[in-house]
Amino acid sequence: MNSSESKLLDRRQFLKLSTGSTAALVLGFCWPLSGKDSVSGEDGIFVPNAYLEIHANNTVTVIMPRSEMGQKIYTALPQIVAEELEADWSKIKVLQGDLNQVYGSQTTGGSASVRTQYDRLREAGATAKAMLIQAAAITLNVPVSECHAESGYVHHLSKDRKLNYGSLVALANTLPVPKNVTLKDPKAFRIIGKDHKSLDGGGKVDGSIKFGYDFELPEMLTAVVARIPKYGGSIDTFDATEALKVPGVTKIAPISAGVAVLAENSWAALQGRKKLVVKWNDGSHAKINSKKISEDLHVALEQEGTIIRSDGDADKALETASRQIDLTFEVPYLDHAPQEPNNCTAHIHNGICEIWVPTQSPGAAWWAAKSVTQFDDENIKVHTLRMGGAFGRKLQSDYVRDAVEVAQLTKLPVKVIRTRTEDLKNGFYRPSSVHQVKVGLDRNKKPISWIHKLSGPQDGWAPIITGGADELAYDIANQKVSCVMTAQPIPIGAWRSVAHTQNAFVHESMIDEVARKTGRDPLVFRRELLKNRPRHLGVLNLVEKHSKWGKPLKDTRARGLAVHYSFNSYVAIVIEISEAKKGINVERVTAAIDCGTVINPDGVRAQVEGGVVMGLTAALYGEITIDRGEVKQTNFHNYRLLKMDKMPEINIHIVESTEPPTGVGEPPVPPTPPALINAIAALTGKRILRLPLKSQLA
Amino acid sequence: MTLFTFTLNGKKQTVDAAPETPLLWVLRDTLKLTGTKYSCGQGLCGSCTVHVDGKPRKSCNLPISKVAGKTVLTIEGLGERGLHPVQKAWIEDEVAQCGYCQPGQIMTAVALLDKNTHPTDSDIEAAMKGVLCRCGTYQRIKKAIHTAAEEA
Ligand code: FES
Ligand code: FES
Repeated sequence: MNSSESKLLDRRQFLKLSTGSTAALVLGFCWPLSGKDSVSGEDGIFVPNAYLEIHANNTVTVIMPRSEMGQKIYTALPQIVAEELEADWSKIKVLQGDLNQVYGSQTTGGSASVRTQYDRLREAGATAKAMLIQAAAITLNVPVSECHAESGYVHHLSKDRKLNYGSLVALANTLPVPKNVTLKDPKAFRIIGKDHKSLDGGGKVDGSIKFGYDFELPEMLTAVVARIPKYGGSIDTFDATEALKVPGVTKIAPISAGVAVLAENSWAALQGRKKLVVKWNDGSHAKINSKKISEDLHVALEQEGTIIRSDGDADKALETASRQIDLTFEVPYLDHAPQEPNNCTAHIHNGICEIWVPTQSPGAAWWAAKSVTQFDDENIKVHTLRMGGAFGRKLQSDYVRDAVEVAQLTKLPVKVIRTRTEDLKNGFYRPSSVHQVKVGLDRNKKPISWIHKLSGPQDGWAPIITGGADELAYDIANQKVSCVMTAQPIPIGAWRSVAHTQNAFVHESMIDEVARKTGRDPLVFRRELLKNRPRHLGVLNLVEKHSKWGKPLKDTRARGLAVHYSFNSYVAIVIEISEAKKGINVERVTAAIDCGTVINPDGVRAQVEGGVVMGLTAALYGEITIDRGEVKQTNFHNYRLLKMDKMPEINIHIVESTEPPTGVGEPPVPPTPPALINAIAALTGKRILRLPLKSQLA
Repeated sequence: MTLFTFTLNGKKQTVDAAPETPLLWVLRDTLKLTGTKYSCGQGLCGSCTVHVDGKPRKSCNLPISKVAGKTVLTIEGLGERGLHPVQKAWIEDEVAQCGYCQPGQIMTAVALLDKNTHPTDSDIEAAMKGVLCRCGTYQRIKKAIHTAAEEA
């Protein structure tokens, strides 16, 4: 939608919200809601909204309907508004919006904040600008056509007079909201596409920014919950005698997820938890372990699967193929392990349940509080706090439920914190899955059949396993993709890039293996099969050039490649590795991304760097395992993260584009593990079929 | 409970605490200095790093009894009289993503530069490898340490 008359506003109810004062011009978009806020927390794409305040002192406050967790939307979204508003960037402030139906859905996920709010935020800025221009025209008694806006002022062309936005807000507030606004020609952008520094960067270097874990209320208690360790288990009995002797411990009581220890401070709560003796009942899944889960997933592949993609006749094409290549891949459960463990503060007072929570989904948090308390809707209040990382984990609201149940035990506000151990053991993990792939080649070694059957745990939302599996981009005429779901008690959830993590690994490992087995260069081979996919080719060409693909390396070095489309963006990665005494070293990563119009290039580069690190961590070490019904990993010594000394150099290249903006936070993750595994195949000839790499090369 | 006195961010501070209470919780809960973060509680991640007598220490496993009489600097004290060059470099190079690990990263980097004004990449890796960042900001941390070294 370039420079075009926006029709969107016609279709929607457009409310001008009263602030009760004329000191600020407040614009809110409100779309009819389907009953209550129906945020479920799983789906990343919802109806977006925008909200903007312009103050008499010229400050422009952009209120964020989505939450910040390190993805820099506190800067990127204001850039979009400020562009169309012709605002003075130095006057922009950002404020977190609480849960409020006026915003519609407020879930942050699916790399969706920029791509789904782009048009609306532009309209929000353009609408405000139009009203300010009109107010100036009235004030100066000149036609609107003689006025234009620039850097926080409305200028009158012929008379060389200007009025700042602040001076216009009182009058602008009395004007009708225009139904149609003209958006800028992207060629005239001066804020979008620039490397503006984070609006909240300063608070991150001096300790002043408050995360959920830092939240504090007067008289607040702190609690930890000894959570039921085994899946399907329960509390048998508990003995609180010793725990209650810890100075500061005020109460110990069961909640549905375990036994809560309430105390006057964190350390007392943690000590009380240590002294608490609980006898647990094993329950129904006490024997489950990773080996059994893996066996079940392999056995499941013998069943007929649900077809999720069918092009041509893949079975017949396989029969006629001159050569067939079969591989079976497996990936483990993964935890998000954001640096800030889950926490939530709750206070139940005068029939009101109020919660303060670092969350990607305030709507899901609201539902958790509602289902525990059964209070009337208007008596449940959610305040969104800043997250110290999330990666999908803070879409869930298990920790909100704990906090609200604990709050029912006391009149005081209470912050319920998880230890790292409780956090790791009570995850909603990226699911484990098994993938059987068969590729048939014709006499000219061209792939003519692709059959991919996968099995994974069921949770009622198939895309958590299948997402991306049905989107193989390669030009293979006959394709069949099917999936078998098995029942497992391990909770699963969206992990940065969701099912693309496993399906990109499978696609890109398999295609690479076909290239190797047929003696083809992996990049040239891909290029041939992607000849009708210009944006895939764009990132491939960019990464080819900058990684020096094809330039010979020493025998002790090799490169691997992967390219993948997810969240509407295209990413190609080349990883260069070298032989080490034990295993390999990751030397250099070259990444190319096409994410359409770029709002903040440095923000994109930061997300690619972070996504590559997360992908490498998963490929090298990432694995949650189950033994006797419970998660074995307890802290960072047995759930390892990549450290500074293993960090490769990362070079990032962004495709120049005028297409609409697309996802950034997640797309760099999926191609990273296969690029590494393909480099290992190039260096050693060994095809790694199961992640993580761990000691498989030792 | 016992009284412990130490110097905190340039001022004398006395707290009443059980001797085994980790400095981390004294800072966060008793003194309301929440810039120092909890992440693993077992000395494995470095998010809780502060300076004790000028050296980087993980405060989550350092009992308050061992801090008595010593000098402690936290992220809040570091820039009290204007941002430290490391903090400025962090802003300049847009290091932080979520920001949760960054107080620990910054305190560790300041301690490195205090004893080594021009560290090499491998000096930086050796000094910083104990501080985890799930957001993956390591490349920028390295760059910002060089920036700070040049500007100091
Ligand atoms: S919290 Fe102290 S090292 Fe992790
Ligand atoms: S910036 Fe998020 S953990 Fe380091």
